[in-house]
Amino acid sequence: MGVVSRGFSGKHFHRPGPELAGRVPPGQYLASGFPVLTAGATQHVSTGQWSFTIRGGTTEARWTWDDLLALPAEEITTDIHCVTRWTKLDTHWTGVPLDTLLAAAGEVPEFALQISHGGYATNLPVSELTGGKAWLVYRYEGEPIAAEHGGPVRMLVPAHYLWKSAKWIRELWLSAEDRPGFWEQSGYHHFGDPWREQRYFND
Amino acid sequence: MTELDANSAAGPLTLLFGRDVTLAVGICAMCGTTGPLGETVMYGPAPGTVLRCPQCSNVLMTIVEAPDRLLATMPGLRLLSVPTGGTS
Amino acid sequence: MAGTAVFQRLTWLPATVADVVTETPRARTLLLAVPGWPGHRAGQHVDVRLTAPDGYQASRAYSLASAPGEGPALTVVRVEDGEVSPYLVDVASPGDRLEVRGPVGGYFVWEPAPPYRPVLLVGGGSGVVPLRAMLRHRARLGDTTPMRLLYSVRDPASVIYRDELVRQADLVTFHYTRTAPPDAPHAPGRIDRATLERTSRPAAEEPIAYVCGPTGFVEHVAALLLDLGYPAPAIRTERFG
Repeated sequence: MGVVSRGFSGKHFHRPGPELAGRVPPGQYLASGFPVLTAGATQHVSTGQWSFTIRGGTTEARWTWDDLLALPAEEITTDIHCVTRWTKLDTHWTGVPLDTLLAAAGEVPEFALQISHGGYATNLPVSELTGGKAWLVYRYEGEPIAAEHGGPVRMLVPAHYLWKSAKWIRELWLSAEDRPGFWEQSGYHHFGDPWREQRYFND
Repeated sequence: MTELDANSAAGPLTLLFGRDVTLAVGICAMCGTTGPLGETVMYGPAPGTVLRCPQCSNVLMTIVEAPDRLLATMPGLRLLSVPTGGTS
Repeated sequence: MAGTAVFQRLTWLPATVADVVTETPRARTLLLAVPGWPGHRAGQHVDVRLTAPDGYQASRAYSLASAPGEGPALTVVRVEDGEVSPYLVDVASPGDRLEVRGPVGGYFVWEPAPPYRPVLLVGGGSGVVPLRAMLRHRARLGDTTPMRLLYSVRDPASVIYRDELVRQADLVTFHYTRTAPPDAPHAPGRIDRATLERTSRPAAEEPIAYVCGPTGFVEHVAALLLDLGYPAPAIRTERFG
């Protein structure tokens, strides 16, 4: 290792101890804060403006903010992993499982592209969004989600690096083709499994 | 407005091109705005550096710094004119 | 334009914090000792990289606050929840080490070179940092290029380089956006056309403007300058956030 900055650690990021060996993916550090990383301007979407549409299934389905809140919600406690090497343990979210939403879309093809306000997009196979692995969340640690963290509603797919959980989610485009999203087109991995360190496109 | 860390893409750009290109002039493929790369709006550097058109926010260029390589795209540039110091 | 078309090898250079100056409760200037520092131009940047003892790394770009001929200095304003700035503002002390890569950037730089044009510097918040390097450069050279700094800042407590700028009262105008001191000649608010017009040399003298700050601030000022008759190429901007 080269030059070490004394005192840069501990406070914000630290290497997990051996007791967390099975819980923190390789190459990750524990974060105490919640860093904000963005590829564009923070989107300020009001709950009145917000809606979510699933296109590409046999039925097109759309929910407003009120529709979403009327659906049965789950409390989720999960670890999140950012490709920039921080991991945050035991984050608490409230939201609706994608299973519930996709059930309204009829028969669906194999791949999904999450589309956000502001033009962000990220892709995953639909099978990664079903089976209790993904949610549309609208509360973080008991509070409405701040705009810089993707509120009012963002995707949460904690089994993948966090760029696979789109902030300011607006639509889900389903198709038979796996189309790359923003970072996938810019050199990041199509699948993004933190346990296999799938960071860059050919990792 | 939230104040962020001061940002500049000059480092990643210099790394990619091997010389300063903040004076290089680009044309936005979306809206046609023409101007030096030094005038673009930069986000990043993590997970990657994103240069956007100051007029229409179109993504002009992305640069991702992996430990062993640079990954670069220029999806929104119709043209990039890089001065070489020669005379015309 | 010396240096713009020359192949530039960029590597991380070890740096040691030589001294620390507290500017405001949220901002500090770090003077760095960098063996092999190639020198820089007024307005350039460096990328700063921090490495934790366990290997975690984070990097950010900062404008150089010092004049050419001085050692590299960074002025950093703490961003709450930021990764790098809280360390640089609250923790780093003389003797601490980090890495820098640069200097970089050839667009937002000022040199007293032909054509000699009057200069208007307009900074918003920490956007004043590269402009301070330009003011210092001019002063160190004893250069007589007409230069004025219009510094837009939230309130008196947020003013960076206060003593240095107050000493140059003939060159520096403070513009407060939220809270103005009792003796301020204007009510707090955004920079308006009249303020810019008072601060700038007339368009007939072909002034050039350097505008640095948050995106919304830069857009606002650039539009006003166009309206005052600055041609677009005479407005150099640098945006952040």
